[in-house]
Amino acid sequence: MDAIVIQILNGLDKGGAYALIALGLTLAFGTLGIVNFAHGALFMMGAFCAVTVQKLLTISARVRDMSVTFFEAYKETPYLELWWGDTGTTIIEYSVPLSILIAIPVMALVGVVMERGLIRFFYKRTHAEQILVTFGLAIVIQEIIRHFFGANPIPQAIPEIVSGSANVGTMLGLSDTLVYPWWRLIYFCFATVVIGGVFAFLQYTTYGMVVRAGMADRDTVGLLGINIQRRFTIVFALAAVVAGLAGVMYTPVLPPDYHMGMDFLVLSFVVVVVGGMGSLPGAVAAGFLLGILQSFASMNEIKQFLPGIDQIIIYLVAVVIILVRPRGLMGRKGVMES
Amino acid sequence: MSIQSTRKDLLIMAVFTLAVLTMPIWLDPIGAAYPDLLQKFAIFGIFAIGFNILFGLTGYLSFGHAVFLGVGSYSAVWSFKLLTMNVIPAVIAGTLIAGVFAVVIGFLCLRRSGIYFSILTLAFAQMSYNMAYSVLTPITNGETGLQLTQNDPRIFDAAAETTGLPITELFGMKLSGYPGFYFCAVLLIISFFISLRIFRSPFGLKLRAIKSNQVRMNYTGFNTRPYLLAAFVISGMYAGLAGSLMAVTDPLAGAERMQWTASGEVVLMTILGGVGTLIGPLLGAGLIKYFENIFSSYNEQVLHEIFSFLPDLFENIMVFVVNPFVGEGWHLTLGALFMVIVIFLPGGIMEGWTRLIGLFTKDRSKPDNNTPASAKAQTSEG
Amino acid sequence: MSDISRGKSGGVSRRSVLKAGAASGLVLATPTIFSSKAHAAGFRNDPGAAKSVTFGFNVPQTGAYADEGADELRAYKLAVKHINGEGDGGMLNTMKPLSLKGNGVLGKKVEYVTGDTQTKSDAARASAKRMIEKDGALMITGGSSSGVAVAVQGLCQEMGTIFMAGLTHSNDTTGKDKKRYGFRHFFNAYMSGAALGPVLEKEYGKERRAYHLTADYTWGWTQEESIKNTTEALGWQTVNTVRTPVGAGDFSQYITPVLNSGADVLILNHYGKDMINSLTQAVQFGLRDKQVNGKQFEIVVPLFSRLMAQGAGPNIKGILGTTNWNWSLTDAGSQAFVKSFGAEYGFPPSMAAHTCYVQALLYANACEMAGTFNPIPVIKALEGFKFDGMGNGATEYRASDHQCFKSVLVVRGNENPTSQFDLLDVVQEVPRSQVEYDPAIFGGELGPYEVAM
Repeated sequence: MDAIVIQILNGLDKGGAYALIALGLTLAFGTLGIVNFAHGALFMMGAFCAVTVQKLLTISARVRDMSVTFFEAYKETPYLELWWGDTGTTIIEYSVPLSILIAIPVMALVGVVMERGLIRFFYKRTHAEQILVTFGLAIVIQEIIRHFFGANPIPQAIPEIVSGSANVGTMLGLSDTLVYPWWRLIYFCFATVVIGGVFAFLQYTTYGMVVRAGMADRDTVGLLGINIQRRFTIVFALAAVVAGLAGVMYTPVLPPDYHMGMDFLVLSFVVVVVGGMGSLPGAVAAGFLLGILQSFASMNEIKQFLPGIDQIIIYLVAVVIILVRPRGLMGRKGVMES
Repeated sequence: MSIQSTRKDLLIMAVFTLAVLTMPIWLDPIGAAYPDLLQKFAIFGIFAIGFNILFGLTGYLSFGHAVFLGVGSYSAVWSFKLLTMNVIPAVIAGTLIAGVFAVVIGFLCLRRSGIYFSILTLAFAQMSYNMAYSVLTPITNGETGLQLTQNDPRIFDAAAETTGLPITELFGMKLSGYPGFYFCAVLLIISFFISLRIFRSPFGLKLRAIKSNQVRMNYTGFNTRPYLLAAFVISGMYAGLAGSLMAVTDPLAGAERMQWTASGEVVLMTILGGVGTLIGPLLGAGLIKYFENIFSSYNEQVLHEIFSFLPDLFENIMVFVVNPFVGEGWHLTLGALFMVIVIFLPGGIMEGWTRLIGLFTKDRSKPDNNTPASAKAQTSEG
Repeated sequence: MSDISRGKSGGVSRRSVLKAGAASGLVLATPTIFSSKAHAAGFRNDPGAAKSVTFGFNVPQTGAYADEGADELRAYKLAVKHINGEGDGGMLNTMKPLSLKGNGVLGKKVEYVTGDTQTKSDAARASAKRMIEKDGALMITGGSSSGVAVAVQGLCQEMGTIFMAGLTHSNDTTGKDKKRYGFRHFFNAYMSGAALGPVLEKEYGKERRAYHLTADYTWGWTQEESIKNTTEALGWQTVNTVRTPVGAGDFSQYITPVLNSGADVLILNHYGKDMINSLTQAVQFGLRDKQVNGKQFEIVVPLFSRLMAQGAGPNIKGILGTTNWNWSLTDAGSQAFVKSFGAEYGFPPSMAAHTCYVQALLYANACEMAGTFNPIPVIKALEGFKFDGMGNGATEYRASDHQCFKSVLVVRGNENPTSQFDLLDVVQEVPRSQVEYDPAIFGGELGPYEVAM
């Protein structure tokens, strides 16, 4: 029982990440008709917002370690700690939550610049060309990040008070050996909130209404005389912010490196398509579904019967779902089928 | 097929054959004339030409074509291990077994179209890759890749009298180095010829009709599936052939040949060169392989040599400026190149070519309007 | 395209006539501009009377190991400088016995070409082929993973070019897949196990229950097997061994079953990014704060490096593992190397840099000893070569499998670093005698000296 509950938690956590990434991707797909291969790069840039904030907060006073003579080695103490003592340490601990505040405007700006500067010229172009240009962009972004931060992953700290594990077992009235890290629970809650926020935005604002209408029938909305251009820009920025936030919050789980976007790219496309093109609820559902299935497939009890199943489960499920349901879980007719 | 167009095709074939066979000469000035890279040009050329038969003609974008490349390689290496070092059975086995895989995968994937089709092919390829990398290691030798060993059975070969590993051969002629290139080149020319025939044939016309409006095709009572499957299998076999040739020129088959990045690479090659054009995919393949092999090898030392004709100060400035884009920065240049080409030349390199030609012919007065540009490039094979 | 090596059978068969016909046909067909590059001499890329020789440095410049590759390249450049008699000489001052004179190799200046392995077998082989076919490299060296090492080593055997492996830790490189033309200075999984065993016993006792998470590919398996054998010999139980996909990213679904499995030691047979992620996440799941069976729960990472420790951050503190070399060693050889590397680049070399530097020097030295660049005498000079003063104490290139035997470092993530580079504490320098093994246990064959070209 415990093992199952805990795998569900693992799945929800993983699914939260998948859903967040897929959400932004499907927004761009469904509304703008853009196959954005640079979406993984947006996720990665979000993570590097966190890295940058951490680097800024830990600008350090350096004391030369005199025992090392062949090169200059320093014992580094962040100025914040020197100036404010424990308060400083606490601020540094909170660098990841703090960077959310930075990541939202930064990612929104990145989204706007990307859409205005590049993506909008590709609305009328073929998907093949969109793939090529966004893939090229992803590589360029990636290499620039590598130039500044190197290829090695960069560890991110989490605040002391949430660094331990929550006793989920007691909370749920199960055995008290069932514990789960706070941060992962927070990540799941965070994902839920962001997803809820995006849905609320689309449901209750005029912008959202137009966007939804655009997803249903782009041409007609354009004909109605609505300034669809501006809306498109905002949608793209929103997608970038969601991807960026997913990246920021994931850094303590997965120390970020320049390549992490590519690692998630293929997976996020699978999630979007399994959910059904142009369906936001579908993308979210597929994210959680695949996350949970992946967790269960990794259980030793299952791997004993089907060795290697954990490596292919996502793709296997994708194949089955697409073959059984022609448009994924909740896809609508006519989106991206030309 | 009018006589005129047949004559034009003959001319194309003649020029193409000549160009391929003289590659060692005209590629020498740019440092690309050494056997391994020439072989890669030919092999990936075949891969891209085959991919273009599916993608260029039908518009079905497969994101898992590398699986056939991998299957072709594994089959070929197993043929070397079990049967003989002669390459003929290996090439046949690689092509046919890849064809079988293509029938199965194509049959399933072609039930869907558009992005759903792409993701299905991607899923099959990723499953194959993951399995080959880990669970199927007894067949694929996993991460290291399947290699020849001295005590392989090789039932058709006389007891190996040579010392060391046997070398792939064609009736006694060793196929490493330049002979290997010419072998690949001949197959490239044949592949190109078949592709040309397909493009000109009624079959090719039907495939194009599917691309332009499949729904209408279906309404007229025309069953498109067999044609699509045929195109898929043909292009899968091209990939299998390319895979087996990779094993012929270098008897090793690694799982990463089936990874999505490898599938993505052929997609990029085709788009970069020009989708639906005959020669474009070849150019795209050549360009990407050239970057991967030559640009990545430039280091500071090499740059200093290149710019040594400049005064010292300018030499240093140039080296400083260029250095981030070569060597370990070759990815950056490649990414930027993708963007530049697709932004300015929607139809890929081939469109650049058509425009260049346009500059020198009397059509100049006609303004080149944007929208049909890509469509134009797609129909102007040559 | 000569058939000398195959010609023992004597007599003229139909086959050989055909072959000769085909061969000469091709020679005629081959444009003449290539004849200058053809190997007319006895071995491939014979420098002849040229003033310089070329080494090929094949390192990962893109992908997950790019930083390691960059460090390898720095080390190689330094090695070339020292061989050519520039700079402060580095380990040339400490290496014994030394044949190099600081004027290049056999009086020829050493030059180099570089290439990107991308940590993929295909790309690595393509890059190595370019160096051999186009740039005339005499020797290929580098790499940061065992798959690549085995693949390139196989190629070099075919081409008759010596391969000096970089960072590769799988038993297979000098075991099942060993080659006459391949040499490895780096240690392997078996040695990691043998070196770790006694330390684990001393630190964690004889009654432990171990749970393995293993990267699902050949290197992971060989390490799992080696560590399992060692720990079981100590009396430890193995609760479970679980294979994880390479590049899994999130390992939570593999870590949670450990929590209530009754195991009290987690062994992570991961390297690079996988190791950084799995360790970070295992610590987040509170494994290190746990008490199981009345004992403190422990995590062991059998192979790690300073670069990985950097990526894992504070999570590495107190974790035991092994490493080939660390810059904090105080023997003369290590000091000489760290000194010149530090002076050149301003930071200390990684263990990948060390092994690559040493490999380049060893090859150059062997050429000098053999008095030729012909690979066969050079191989013979390296086989059984005993040397000292290169950072790992007295070392021997064992002739039977081309594996270096030397002391192995057992290290622990530093609890209280005095600088940003001070991440590993050397717990023990395990002497060579303790990590030696019989080459027969891994099988494999070196293959012939002579190769058909």
